[in-house]
Amino acid sequence: MLRDITLGQYYQTDSVIHRLDPRVKLVGTLLFIISLFVVNQFPVYLVVLVFLGSVIALSHVPLGFMLRGMKAIAFLLILAFVCNLFLTPGDILVSFWKLRITKQGLSTAVFMAIRLSLLIVGSSLMTLTTTPNHLTDGLEKLLNPLKKIRVPVHEISMMMSIALRFIPILLEETDKIMKAQMARGADFDTGNLIQKAKALIPLLVPLFISAFRRANDLAMAMEARCYRGGDGRTKMKPLKYEKRDFAAYGLLLFYMAACAGVNILSAHLPGILSWHLG
Amino acid sequence: MDIIKAQDLSFDYIRRDEEGNVEGTTRAVNHVSLSVSQGDFVAILGHNGSGKSTFAKHLNAILMPTEGTVWVDGMDTREEAKIWDIRQEAGMVFQNPDNQIIGQVVEEDVGFGPENMGVPTKEIWERVEESLKAVGMYEYRKYSPNKLSGGQKQRVSIAGVLAMHPKCIVLDEPTAMLDPSGRREVIRAVRALNMVEHVTVILITHYMEEIIHADHVFVMDVGKVAMHGTPKEVFSRVEELKALRLGVPEVTQLAWELKQSGVNLPEGILTVEELTEALLQCRG
Repeated sequence: MLRDITLGQYYQTDSVIHRLDPRVKLVGTLLFIISLFVVNQFPVYLVVLVFLGSVIALSHVPLGFMLRGMKAIAFLLILAFVCNLFLTPGDILVSFWKLRITKQGLSTAVFMAIRLSLLIVGSSLMTLTTTPNHLTDGLEKLLNPLKKIRVPVHEISMMMSIALRFIPILLEETDKIMKAQMARGADFDTGNLIQKAKALIPLLVPLFISAFRRANDLAMAMEARCYRGGDGRTKMKPLKYEKRDFAAYGLLLFYMAACAGVNILSAHLPGILSWHLG
Repeated sequence: MDIIKAQDLSFDYIRRDEEGNVEGTTRAVNHVSLSVSQGDFVAILGHNGSGKSTFAKHLNAILMPTEGTVWVDGMDTREEAKIWDIRQEAGMVFQNPDNQIIGQVVEEDVGFGPENMGVPTKEIWERVEESLKAVGMYEYRKYSPNKLSGGQKQRVSIAGVLAMHPKCIVLDEPTAMLDPSGRREVIRAVRALNMVEHVTVILITHYMEEIIHADHVFVMDVGKVAMHGTPKEVFSRVEELKALRLGVPEVTQLAWELKQSGVNLPEGILTVEELTEALLQCRG
């Protein structure tokens, strides 16, 4: 179950999306998320779907691989859907016992579910096609102006890249410890919430101890390889915008414009096309 | 010239209680003097707690001597200004392959050292290529380290050190967490570096089989150098080794026991070939 989380996992293949400058992908993901949450007309999601679908197709990452990340957050999705569905006040559509579904509730729930799933797929697409080192390089470059106000940009990006590198290792370790504790009779599945939380202690304590030990080892290994912060460091893969990156920025602009256009257009159209939020 | 020289080196670990007050000290390395010549393959042998890893950490200026001095290529490790030169000249490979790989892709990890040293981009790529080829991992350059076996990960770590163009590589039990085939893989790569690239190798281990090709062997026990010599010399002292709780390779053990029971064999047999040869001569 723990292996299903694809967030922060790089999918090794060669595609035009993989080769894009990480800054483009970061800005693109940010714009994509903004577009998801600003848009309030249902038909716009067709534009979003077409856009996301073509990016996925270009990325050569198998769809199944990408959807695996969704499984892990399925519970959150359903929870958000159900809460919105039953708890939004408004014009009653169906009602039975104490529950009632309102028109507003239905549309909010559907919108929320669509937004969250597109958000997960969109952002995992970024981490699947960009190596974390590349990603943090991009972030470092994008945030570079903040250095002037003494934000430790390099340190932050290094920390993030290391955290990302250790996610799969720590997940694997969690799996191992879980199995080891289960073999000793630990029970992670039954009992109420408090009992379940208590059952996690024999999992978390060894996990933390090992994480600290790893951190210690890693720090030593980094120092042994002459790591001394960002000053005077050169880059093996320096970021340089290519033609395709400018083209991608252009496409992003076009996408945002298309979203805005369709949003405005469908707000003025009657009938099924004007299904919107709230 | 000696690439590594330790003079009367001692190191104390400070034990602290829960409030951080000093409770006492434990002497891990006790008046060790040794020197290693450029291009040598040196093995340091010892069981757990013999101080061999503590000693190794002095060669990279990770630990500073409590007493005595360590020189790496003529530089005193205590000199604050020289610390990065020392770390570049004496590269270090650690035990746990997972805890020393920083990059998410093999080639990025190998480039980490040169990046830190401020090597120009073009040269980093050349160094990464040549180091990965030297350890036979070039085909895996685009892989995620998580997808590699333990032996392969350790070879990547070695390439990462090699890319810094060190004069000397210190390997601190690089095979302790590997299976036998991974162990062979790593040792073969290390030997190739020593013979082909003439990098000085200091291999710290408690596996006897790994040291038979070394030029010099130092055996450590309770923080001191207990024995030293060529592998042949060391292995001919089977009883002393046993007293230090170190086993000898099976062939050596067999040869020694044959000799004990009256077969006329030379001292310090290390390989199956040598034993066969010697036995044939006995017969003839």
